[in-house]
Amino acid sequence: MRFVFFFAALTSVLAVALICVFLFASGVPSMAEIGFLDFLLGAEWTPTNAEPRFGVLPMILGSLYVTAGAILLGVPIGIFAAVFMARMCPKPLYRLIKPAVNLMAGIPSVIYGFFGMMVLVPLIFDLFGERFGLPGGDSILAASVLLGIMILPTVINIAETNLRAVPQELYEGAVALGASHERAVFKVILPAARSGVMAAVVLGIGRAVGETMAVKMVAGNQTVLRLPHEFLKGARTLTTNIVIEMGYVEQGSLHNGALIATGVVLFVFILLVNSLFSVLNSDKENRLRRRAAPKGAVS
Amino acid sequence: MTAARKQGALGKVLRRKKPADWARFLFTWGAGIATLAILLYLIVFILIKGVPHITPSLFAPRDPDGVSLFPALVTTVLMVALTLLVAAPLGVFTAIYMVEYAYRGSRLVRIIRMTAETLSGIPSIVYGLFGYIFFAGFLGFGKSILTGCLTLAIMILPLIMRTTEESLKAIPDAYREGSFGLGAGRVRTVFRVILPSATPGIFAGVVLAVGRIVGETAALIFSIGDVLKLPDGLLSQGRTLAMHVLKLSGQGFHRNEAYATAVILLVLVVGINMLSSKIERGFLAKLK
Repeated sequence: MRFVFFFAALTSVLAVALICVFLFASGVPSMAEIGFLDFLLGAEWTPTNAEPRFGVLPMILGSLYVTAGAILLGVPIGIFAAVFMARMCPKPLYRLIKPAVNLMAGIPSVIYGFFGMMVLVPLIFDLFGERFGLPGGDSILAASVLLGIMILPTVINIAETNLRAVPQELYEGAVALGASHERAVFKVILPAARSGVMAAVVLGIGRAVGETMAVKMVAGNQTVLRLPHEFLKGARTLTTNIVIEMGYVEQGSLHNGALIATGVVLFVFILLVNSLFSVLNSDKENRLRRRAAPKGAVS
Repeated sequence: MTAARKQGALGKVLRRKKPADWARFLFTWGAGIATLAILLYLIVFILIKGVPHITPSLFAPRDPDGVSLFPALVTTVLMVALTLLVAAPLGVFTAIYMVEYAYRGSRLVRIIRMTAETLSGIPSIVYGLFGYIFFAGFLGFGKSILTGCLTLAIMILPLIMRTTEESLKAIPDAYREGSFGLGAGRVRTVFRVILPSATPGIFAGVVLAVGRIVGETAALIFSIGDVLKLPDGLLSQGRTLAMHVLKLSGQGFHRNEAYATAVILLVLVVGINMLSSKIERGFLAKLK
């Protein structure tokens, strides 16, 4: 029986290995055929039959813009909400808000996307459409706001756990020195949980970069190279580039390969973000352990 | 001093507050309430727009217009069952190996944990690509329910693993010692003592995984195809409920049906999530 458990345990290792091997083996040759620099820094994506161009830079920038927007909106709200839940919130309200946040994490991205399509996009069109002569409300801004909402539960849950892990003595010390409750929380507890809160932000970034369907439904999806001030116009991200064109692409063609290569770029992005997350996470564990050590016997 | 004592703790706190504290107070409360408000608005919006359009024709077994959600619902149920059939034993066995067999902190355990973390961070679209390349292309299953559920099985594996691991760790060591003391071997201890007491916790994780499967779209769109029909075998193409919402929402003339289908999906997912946390609470309360 031991061996059954052992081999089951190896499946996750096998899965990661297979994903890496097959993704890279199918994507990298096409990247080489297009030319690595032409692929990564090419500003044009025109997968036509005559003279196709596969430059993925607009999508890389698109992913960066919507992620940055999501961070700008979701991280402050998320961290404040986490502080609220960990240290401010009255118990009865906590019993309501905690399941609500968990529920937010469980709502499928199509529902968020549909909501964005029916509420955010028309709202943005009403606010800015006429003034800037926009064709519609589908935009980087819409995707940013929607992603900002979608990463909230990730940021809140991780940040809250880390804020709660800060030893109570730090708080008590601050209050004993005359700090008000809010001052103690913001000047002592929040800095002590710094790397854990950063880890929450990084995980939120990972979610935002990888989100597909919700972004596809509100971002407009044009393959045009956008500059940051054009956030009211539509853009396409790495994820949506794959999902939009994969449906009709001919198997084995260079176009197919270029889409898988887009997936490779995305995958590398995510691996980088994840390793940053685990570095921050282990840093947090080390610091908490160091702090707990001199206290002697911890039950 | 006496005035403060008369006012009690509240008075002391109020006296200490400076303008910056009031700002902090407002921001934290604002963020907390805003989060709650966003969720409420989303749910109420979908319900108000969708509930009036839930009609019997939405569930019609035969519908030439491709609007009825009946085939999608059947496909979703089938996908959930098949995916769990693959992922649940693998996830649970992995967790048993990690908690009951391997030396804690051994290199293998660290590697497995690292790969599980990697898996849980990979976006679903990358799983979709992998399923399309490996299961559909390399293994030759084509776009099919089989490809879809194998792809999803890998995706939810880390979730089942982690929740099972946590439930196993929550079982007090006294249970194990008692069982060993009575002469039971490790396998018997695992199946007769540990697993029965950890079952509710594991079940909570599995139910959470069901929620993920039901809501998934990006990983499925090119692994099971996007064909609205009743599944007629493992290699048949199909469309799940979440994919159906996606499809309908893209068609302007089926907007009302899209809202109604979204309501069904939302209610299903919310119900599943509530069930999961209810089971988990019961499990933790019982252990205490």
